[in-house]
Amino acid sequence: MSAHQTQALAATSREGETLVLRLSGDWRITAEHPIWENVMIGERPGRVVLRVEDMGAWDSSLALFLNAARSWSRKHGVALIEEGLPKEACKLADLLARKTSTVAAHAGVPDLFTALGAATVKLWVEAKDLAQLVGECVFSTGRFFRGQAQFRWRDAFSEMQQCGAMALPIVGLISFLTGVTMAYTGAIVLRQYGGDIYVADLVGLAVVREMGPMMAAIVLAGRTGAAYAATLGNMKANEEIDALETLGVSPVDFLVMPRVAALFIMMPFLAFYSNSLGILGGMAIAAAKPLNIPPNLYWSEMQTSVDLSDISTGLIKAAIFGLIIGMAGCWRGLQADRSAAGVGQAATSAVVTSILLIVVADSLCAVAFNILGW
Amino acid sequence: MNTVPPIAAALPAIALDGVMCRYGDRVVLENISFAVKRSEIFFIIGGSGCGKSTLLRHMIGLKQPAHGTVKYAGRDFTAASPRERKDLLRTFGVLYQGGALWSSMTLRENVALPLELLTELGRQEREEIVALKLAQVGLAGYEDYFPAEISGGMKKRAGLARALALDPDIVFFDEPSAGLDPITSLKLDELVKEIRDTLGTTIVIVSHELASIFDLADRVIMLDSEVRGIIATGEPKALRDHSPDERVREFLNRRLAPVPQQPAPAIS
Repeated sequence: MSAHQTQALAATSREGETLVLRLSGDWRITAEHPIWENVMIGERPGRVVLRVEDMGAWDSSLALFLNAARSWSRKHGVALIEEGLPKEACKLADLLARKTSTVAAHAGVPDLFTALGAATVKLWVEAKDLAQLVGECVFSTGRFFRGQAQFRWRDAFSEMQQCGAMALPIVGLISFLTGVTMAYTGAIVLRQYGGDIYVADLVGLAVVREMGPMMAAIVLAGRTGAAYAATLGNMKANEEIDALETLGVSPVDFLVMPRVAALFIMMPFLAFYSNSLGILGGMAIAAAKPLNIPPNLYWSEMQTSVDLSDISTGLIKAAIFGLIIGMAGCWRGLQADRSAAGVGQAATSAVVTSILLIVVADSLCAVAFNILGW
Repeated sequence: MNTVPPIAAALPAIALDGVMCRYGDRVVLENISFAVKRSEIFFIIGGSGCGKSTLLRHMIGLKQPAHGTVKYAGRDFTAASPRERKDLLRTFGVLYQGGALWSSMTLRENVALPLELLTELGRQEREEIVALKLAQVGLAGYEDYFPAEISGGMKKRAGLARALALDPDIVFFDEPSAGLDPITSLKLDELVKEIRDTLGTTIVIVSHELASIFDLADRVIMLDSEVRGIIATGEPKALRDHSPDERVREFLNRRLAPVPQQPAPAIS
């Protein structure tokens, strides 16, 4: 122990062509100890004698020193004589010298083309995997309507509460502030043309058609999608999903569907709530200086440009976003590696995948609604 | 390690005196006193739920005893200052039940981390020690593997390599045979023996694996949940054959004592 420890030493002395190294003290890896290369600086003897004198405790540091001495003597063709070295230290030094790998080399960092190829293959595999999950969900929905799915309403309601009611404060705050920001930004341009009142149209239309559902979706992707991935990833790591499969229960019916259904049902409500708070944010800014638009005027102006089709397009998109977030979260969770790092990675991937797919879906919806004239 | 200064050599490697282990108001163990000699292979045994792992957690500082002291080579671990405690923590390594390897690191990084954080060693020396420790546990060549890519037995051996990284005076093992097949378990036992014989390390093992107990243990203590303490101390074979306590003989013989027959009621 360190309280009684003495300094490890390798004292050198010359006896003609012979260099004698006297090893003494406590050789500890955790304390300062001689390094062979440093001891031999400027020395080119014809013979080296390693002599143990008054050595206390020793550990791997002595084996390292001995191994370095042996390698040096082989390399320089200098005879090495070991006197009084502990047998076990010699055994450790032998082990260190023998440590040739008998295992197939672990794949290192691949070159650019290999990485590109592997990434492409991975993308294809992932696309197939996602398509398979979507397909399984469709079949599961079919089973649900035939009354054959092992769907737990209790889980679905609990998830609805988690992703719906519990998300109200954060969705509300973000939506309100989005409305505030949009009103300010719109006012900068519109005031130049004396069109202050059109702030109501701008905020109303943008919030109802785009920002309301989008803000709710982004919050839920980060909040609920990541939680789904982490929960399912953890269940996979604990073999809980294997246990379901061996019972003959489909994990899609039992775990994925209640979560996807909860988001599908709750997202339109959250989007409607988000729309309301966004409009309220715009209205609050409009009522204040310098716009000074009274709320009733703001409301009636907004109604001239926002109609039911705008609201319904936003709510339809919200339901689609709900499906995307639920599926992406569950998909990444089911894909997770069976380790703590795998669970973390699944949660991150779930958020990235959800947001990416939400933006893609939003664009596709914009095109589709344009064609339909909504 | 092999040669220890005379003053330190006279002291037991570990000494517990009147230790009480408690979770909230629930006392799990009380008045635990025993000493482990240097270079001894010492087992803490007992049935499930008797507090073996709890005692280990108190010995390695993950929990603070409610009463009593834990001393390493005469130095009080329970009342140590943060600096002294850190110093003492370096003198022992722990192999946890599942290996407890850091999953985001390769085996090389797992073994190298204690060396990187707690020593002044250069990169070259660190690499050599990692190679030596992995070779010692029979995992040479697996340096770049992640824990998820190796088997349960290999994870334990890698965990042992990490526990040995700082060449500790004492190594604690928590249920080393749990989840291992008999051959892998036997190999691990041989490795434990080899480590003790090579480096003179003191070994403390928490286990209820009878084969390992009889094969490895110099001495054991047996805990019991009813008395919340030690019910036997000694050499395992002697306890199995001659312990006055029936619970100890039952446990070590893996056999239930016959239940005394009730006299049949008299028929009138």
